[in-house]
Amino acid sequence: MNFRDFLRNNIVCLDGGMGTLLQARGLKLGEYPERWNLSHAEEIIDIHRAYFDAGSNVVCTNTFGANSLKFEPNELEDIISAAISNAKAAKAQSTSKKERFVALDIGPSGKLLKPLGDLDFEDALEVFAKTVKLGVKYGVDLIIIETMNDSYETKAALLAAKENSDLPIIVSNAYGEDGKLMTGASPEAMVALLEGMGVDALGANCSLGPRQLGGVVRRLLEKASVPVILKPNAGLPRSENGKTVFDITIDEFSSQIAELVKAGVRVVGGCCGTTPEYIKSLCDKIAPLSPVKIEPKNLTVISSYSHAVEFGKKPILIGERINPTGKKRFKQALLENDIDYILSEGVNQQQKGAQVLDVNVGMPDIDEIAMLKTAVCELQAIIDLPLQIDSSNIAAMQAALRRYNGKAMINSVNGKDESMRSVFPLVKKYGGLVVALTLDNNGIPETAEGRFKIAEKILKTAAEYGIDKKDVIFDPLALTISADNNAAKVTLSSLKAIKERLGCHTSLGVSNVSFGLPNRDAINGTFFALALENGLSAAIMNPYSADMMKVYYTYNVLKGLDSNCSEYIGTAGSFVTEAKAANAPQSVSDQSYSDCQYAIIKGFKEKAAEITATLLSHTSPLEVINSEIIPALNIVGKGFEKKRVYLPQLLMSAEAAKAAFEVIKAASSGKKGSASQNTFVIATVRGDVHDIGKNIVKLLLENYGFNVVDLGKDVPPQVIADKVVELHAPVVGLSALMTTTVAQMQETIKQLRLKAPWCKIIVGGAVLTQEYADKIGADKYAKDAMEGVRYAQEIINAIS
Amino acid sequence: MILTKTYSEPPFCKKEILRYAGGDKSELTLALVRECIGEARPLLKYKICYRELEVKLNGEVCDFGLFRLESKDLSQNLKGCKKAIVFAATVGIELDRLIAKYSRLSPARALILQAIGSERAEALCDAFCADIAGECASVRPRFSPGYGDLSLESQKIVFSALDCERSAGITLNDSLLMSPSKSVTAFVGLNENTLSEV
Repeated sequence: MNFRDFLRNNIVCLDGGMGTLLQARGLKLGEYPERWNLSHAEEIIDIHRAYFDAGSNVVCTNTFGANSLKFEPNELEDIISAAISNAKAAKAQSTSKKERFVALDIGPSGKLLKPLGDLDFEDALEVFAKTVKLGVKYGVDLIIIETMNDSYETKAALLAAKENSDLPIIVSNAYGEDGKLMTGASPEAMVALLEGMGVDALGANCSLGPRQLGGVVRRLLEKASVPVILKPNAGLPRSENGKTVFDITIDEFSSQIAELVKAGVRVVGGCCGTTPEYIKSLCDKIAPLSPVKIEPKNLTVISSYSHAVEFGKKPILIGERINPTGKKRFKQALLENDIDYILSEGVNQQQKGAQVLDVNVGMPDIDEIAMLKTAVCELQAIIDLPLQIDSSNIAAMQAALRRYNGKAMINSVNGKDESMRSVFPLVKKYGGLVVALTLDNNGIPETAEGRFKIAEKILKTAAEYGIDKKDVIFDPLALTISADNNAAKVTLSSLKAIKERLGCHTSLGVSNVSFGLPNRDAINGTFFALALENGLSAAIMNPYSADMMKVYYTYNVLKGLDSNCSEYIGTAGSFVTEAKAANAPQSVSDQSYSDCQYAIIKGFKEKAAEITATLLSHTSPLEVINSEIIPALNIVGKGFEKKRVYLPQLLMSAEAAKAAFEVIKAASSGKKGSASQNTFVIATVRGDVHDIGKNIVKLLLENYGFNVVDLGKDVPPQVIADKVVELHAPVVGLSALMTTTVAQMQETIKQLRLKAPWCKIIVGGAVLTQEYADKIGADKYAKDAMEGVRYAQEIINAIS
Repeated sequence: MILTKTYSEPPFCKKEILRYAGGDKSELTLALVRECIGEARPLLKYKICYRELEVKLNGEVCDFGLFRLESKDLSQNLKGCKKAIVFAATVGIELDRLIAKYSRLSPARALILQAIGSERAEALCDAFCADIAGECASVRPRFSPGYGDLSLESQKIVFSALDCERSAGITLNDSLLMSPSKSVTAFVGLNENTLSEV
């Protein structure tokens, strides 16, 4: 019988712990257990056989850490081949009458993925791919990916397994006491990600005992439509008189798991501290139980690295602001590779109540594939909202989906054969909830019935690709009422038909409806309310629009979706802010400074931006910069140098100044002439990931009008040198915090001298001193950010 | 045997946070510190993994049975101890995400959050060491890889002794830095007897 068939109709018992048993047999600290497959094959076979004899259906090969980060290619192949042959030998030797399988065991790489760690996603994928290929070559029945405490690494391993084998894949994660993975994913988020990618079973192992994992397992059971795994530790260990004891007995261990089997768990086993005795007891306890049937949950769900968002409960708000269409300032940010601007749009929309962020970076003259990938990676590094990947460029969509840490929303497919042919395979491979537009080669039908027919066709084709209807969400398209008075009515009828007759969820770009009309928000708000009443599940909308948010909160409260009206009460005040703001006192200042200067000196961001906007109505941008912002910065800067102002305050002022500059930039967007003579390239050198000092310098330089090109942290010498050459930058700043990375700084300087002899080099960071700076050949050691700025100004003044 | 322990939130010390951040006690700075604590608090974890080891000192060689380290300063620190505890402490990865977010959006907040993280990690170590001290006559000041002549390379040994990734979710990168960044590893010499249970 193959494993998939067995899993369908049975409770599957995996094996127990390996590490503790090997230590008992003499494995030394620091010695790789995987090498024992070769050096102590008999011991390994013995352990595997004991598990089969105790009743395990599956033993996992002794390859938890067998990966190319730890072993050279030849040794890796020897280890995996031996590990598989040991497990097979045990299978053959065992006297057990049960069905027996061998699983290729894949544990974490031992490295944390970027951006939190230093292993690139694609590199991780490659590491896992090598192990998978060897597993396939030497023949196993299934692959188990286990003890993963990071959703992103889990995805890399799973993708590697999918891309390199057709074997059944089961995935088990290590959840902490807080019911989350170490990097933050909830059980619901993992179900979304893993089911989206088509695993055969998913669950929890390691870290805790069966009782402590019970909560996580019940949550998995509630959401999962595939079998759930539970492979806990022997309990919580503690030391008693120098001996390890667990908080539960073997009997309690197996009873607690059996209880969860009754609740629906289908794959069981033991992790750290468990032995064949545990498995024997467990098998005895589950023998009389019959497998609980797994009901499809039919949940329409997406996820981020932290949580899942389910459709059909409350309306979902999808923020539309990360999109260059019609936004001059956003276009400029894209052209200048100004990722921070994109990130701030993301954060602001989240603050306003968006639950999903649409990400669209398509415009002429940019490399959309690279930009979409970057935008997705940067957004998911700092914002925990699920993303909707929005592109008509299939290659860009694929690049972004591949890197996405969760189950994304995909915008969009439509009824054209060509569109379905290119988008559906991506949905199938990477998982996702795909937005389907009800249009085809003949355009957008004028009737609701016409749009419904296209929806039906799309669903049918999706099914051919193995995509369930719960993973398709329809957008029946809102057209402009100023062009066709009946447009909104048709859209509303289509929503209703799709919802009621197809049982599918719907999404709509609401604001198109009002195009060409005055006071568009008023129309949008009412249309949004009508659409919700006709079954709309999600809206792509502007979360900054008070009219839209008002509809959202009032709709929820009126439909009984806001218990105790608490969300409404919490936000109701914000609907009247405009009136109040007008009455707010204008002057914040004391008499020695202008209002604008005072706001900057005190670090009041919003105030500084507001006053700048007012000033711009009657003063030129240059005048505002020269007579308001720069003098204020100088006051704070001098105070800092004289130690009257401390670092946090200096930064708050700098941020307020930046907010003021942002207003000026938005107002003069498009008119900007780029001056390469004040380009400042800045980076934290290779091997070092500390970037706070670098970011402080960057912020101040920006304040003083420098065009700062930030290469980030852990940057190789060559990358820095090449960038300086490319931009012909007159000055570069290098940062390092650790003594171990000063050597990298020296190497960077060497390359800069060779390739860019004109460039002045400033160094800074905790470990640096004047002597060090001299020794490695820097032009300037800056003891703090202000000194760096002053020096850079001198350089620029000298050459201009 | 590797053991783990989770602590509830140790009290915050604003003075320490200000010291790490290079800040003054102005109302503006304090307000920012309060806001940052408010934001960081729900994300923080206080997790320790540790094991007790016998130690034999032989000149500059500290022999812990499972492994040996060569360090005059560590040997000096452990002088007279028959046992030691090696531990790893972390306040979790979510603070790193928050710091990364504000590094992009508000360096002032990033600075304060960094300071909070350092203060939290130290407070966690203090809480753990106070527990140990309660169990035996006296303990030595904690001693971390990178202190004195104890090389940063010894982190690798500590990590394998504690199986840090599995026990506490801490990984080591190529530059021997830890993720989560607000993590500490250290040795603590015990002056007397064993700890039956920390």
